[in-house]
Amino acid sequence: MDFRLTEEQQDLRAGVRDLLAGRYGREALRASVDAGGALDRGLWRELGEAGFFALRLQEADGGVGLGLPEAVLVFEEAGRALLPGPLVATHLAAGTVPGAAAGTAVVTAFDLGGPGGPGGLGGRLVAHLGDADAVLGTPSLPSGEPVRSADPLTPLHRVAGPGSAAAAYRDEGALLTAALQAGSALRTVELAVRYAQEREQFGQPIGAFQAVKHLCAQMLVRAEVARTAVYAAAVTVDPAEVAGAKLLADEAAVRNARDCLQVHGGMGFTWEADVHLHLKRAWVRAEQWRTAGEAEELLAGELLAAELPTAAQ
Amino acid sequence: MDLTYTDEEQEFRACLRAWLAKVLPELPARPSPDDWPGRRAYDAGWQRRLYDAGYAGLHWPVDAGGRGATPTQHLIFLEETERAGAPYVGANFVGLLHAGPTIAAEGTAAQRARWLPPVLRGDEVWCQGFSEPDAGSDLASLRTRAVRDGDDYVITGSKIWTSHAEVADWCELLVRTAPISEASPKHRGISWLAMPMDAPGVTVRPLRTLAGSTEFAEMFLDEVRVPVANRVGAQNDGWRVTMVTLSFERGTAFVGEVVACRRTLGELARTAKANGRWDDPVLRRRLGRLYGEFGALWRLTQWNVSESEGTGGVPGIGGSVFKLAYSHARQELYDTAAQVLGADSLALDGEWVLDRLSSLSYTIAAGTSQIQRNIVAERILGLPKGR
Repeated sequence: MDFRLTEEQQDLRAGVRDLLAGRYGREALRASVDAGGALDRGLWRELGEAGFFALRLQEADGGVGLGLPEAVLVFEEAGRALLPGPLVATHLAAGTVPGAAAGTAVVTAFDLGGPGGPGGLGGRLVAHLGDADAVLGTPSLPSGEPVRSADPLTPLHRVAGPGSAAAAYRDEGALLTAALQAGSALRTVELAVRYAQEREQFGQPIGAFQAVKHLCAQMLVRAEVARTAVYAAAVTVDPAEVAGAKLLADEAAVRNARDCLQVHGGMGFTWEADVHLHLKRAWVRAEQWRTAGEAEELLAGELLAAELPTAAQ
Repeated sequence: MDLTYTDEEQEFRACLRAWLAKVLPELPARPSPDDWPGRRAYDAGWQRRLYDAGYAGLHWPVDAGGRGATPTQHLIFLEETERAGAPYVGANFVGLLHAGPTIAAEGTAAQRARWLPPVLRGDEVWCQGFSEPDAGSDLASLRTRAVRDGDDYVITGSKIWTSHAEVADWCELLVRTAPISEASPKHRGISWLAMPMDAPGVTVRPLRTLAGSTEFAEMFLDEVRVPVANRVGAQNDGWRVTMVTLSFERGTAFVGEVVACRRTLGELARTAKANGRWDDPVLRRRLGRLYGEFGALWRLTQWNVSESEGTGGVPGIGGSVFKLAYSHARQELYDTAAQVLGADSLALDGEWVLDRLSSLSYTIAAGTSQIQRNIVAERILGLPKGR
């Protein structure tokens, strides 16, 4: 057993980080916000050319021939960079929807949960429908009414009717989304630590105050536990392990973004700080593929059925 | 990212499992915590069996009498013994996991020959004389003094939270051999000594924990004479020597416990199913969440062990991250158990409530969670030192 990343995996992760830092740094991120969240088709094609969507297709089919562990590393970096768009759905559509693998098509999915129907507002919310060429696992593109979205980089439409969720993709979708969450959780630790080192109050960096230190330390603990769970789930693809990874990564991303906002103090409450973008995206992802309640129920069922180690006496 | 075990590792696991299946059925139950001499004899007997079968000091270097196993093999050993319900290391804990590895790493040839074999055979039990009433998490501020007098140190002071002190033969003792001053920071001036527990001037008084048991003791040292030859490492270099010991404690101390917690969680789910509380969705989901958390903690254990393969078996600072997450999850587990059991959780004849009570020590022992967060913030995240 050696759980550590191989050299190739480390190189892949570093390469993707460099690529995204160059192509989608802070200025590009803020430009997307100013553009109202419309998808950058040029960037989407570049991601396709870099193998982002075709990563797990066989080389004979024009893919890169890598596995879920590698995909998880790439998605962790995308989460860190707050890369917008239906990344998971398009990745899952590679090989079945024409153009998805190359990044010339944008594919979304019915991956947002929630009751929708009676008593709710009716219909269901679909992300990036306005930019989409296809919906994963459905024959045609539905029409929908635009809805103002909490996340400025995740436009939402409300589609009439229940819509059939892409159940076959649920575990992989949840896992890759968990990887995005883990990346975001790790990034907000960095943002909080950097701010805590720079910002001075009472004559010293606020990071010297134990109250701030402990927020940051607990953020790292959450992020590292979640990241480990995501990596392990990518290796085993066990449904319970995937559900656990999604549960922990959702919590890490949301709570880390909130703690990061707290460390930023008054600055954190402004539109200029990037913290709110991480928090809002984390909220969106927490509703995708598998919610906390669903994950907990699945895990509870698995726990009851599991053959756990037994004591001799 | 390889979670499969090599052929060699699987072979090791299979042999160990077969051996455990053979020896465990004939073992009697471990004596109760009221019977410390009985427990000591029981734990020593188990250690002797491990020794005779070649499993003693698995992770110790070969030249120290161990098997020189890799961290992964040690992980398998701890996992399998817990899984099979084998006796816990018990009274041999300090000798096998603290004092022994420290002497193996820092001791002279004579010191290794004198102290290591009896630990491996279960013939001698060690206790740990680190903490003092005014030096707990701030261990470096300890005040027990050792003054050189010819070939002896003369030691005066007191220690507290000393596990197994009543039945120990030896104590790994930290003493101050140079005063704290501006010129000499407090973590310098500490020395590491092996003190015989039957030396004149040593008084041990058992302490009662909030769980009602006497797991540890306070120890008074009144002009106790210990030969200078019993010092491991250089005079005033005991802090560095100790850090070697503590890194072992944080690396693998909890492997068996994570396995045990997962088993406990499964029993809890079946209990909830039987008594109807499983139908409460809030409680059911809380159990599901804990299953996810302990699954992740097991993976984090594997991660830390893999990392330590690259550092010659010395666990890295990831131990602090693990301890923070694990101690919280363990307490959460037993609070959830109380919800499953309801008023039954108050009956002191049940194991649950005793475990619930002892889980309270996890965020305190071996460096409180607050100190661990400082360590994570300053040494991993690089935040400035503060007060």
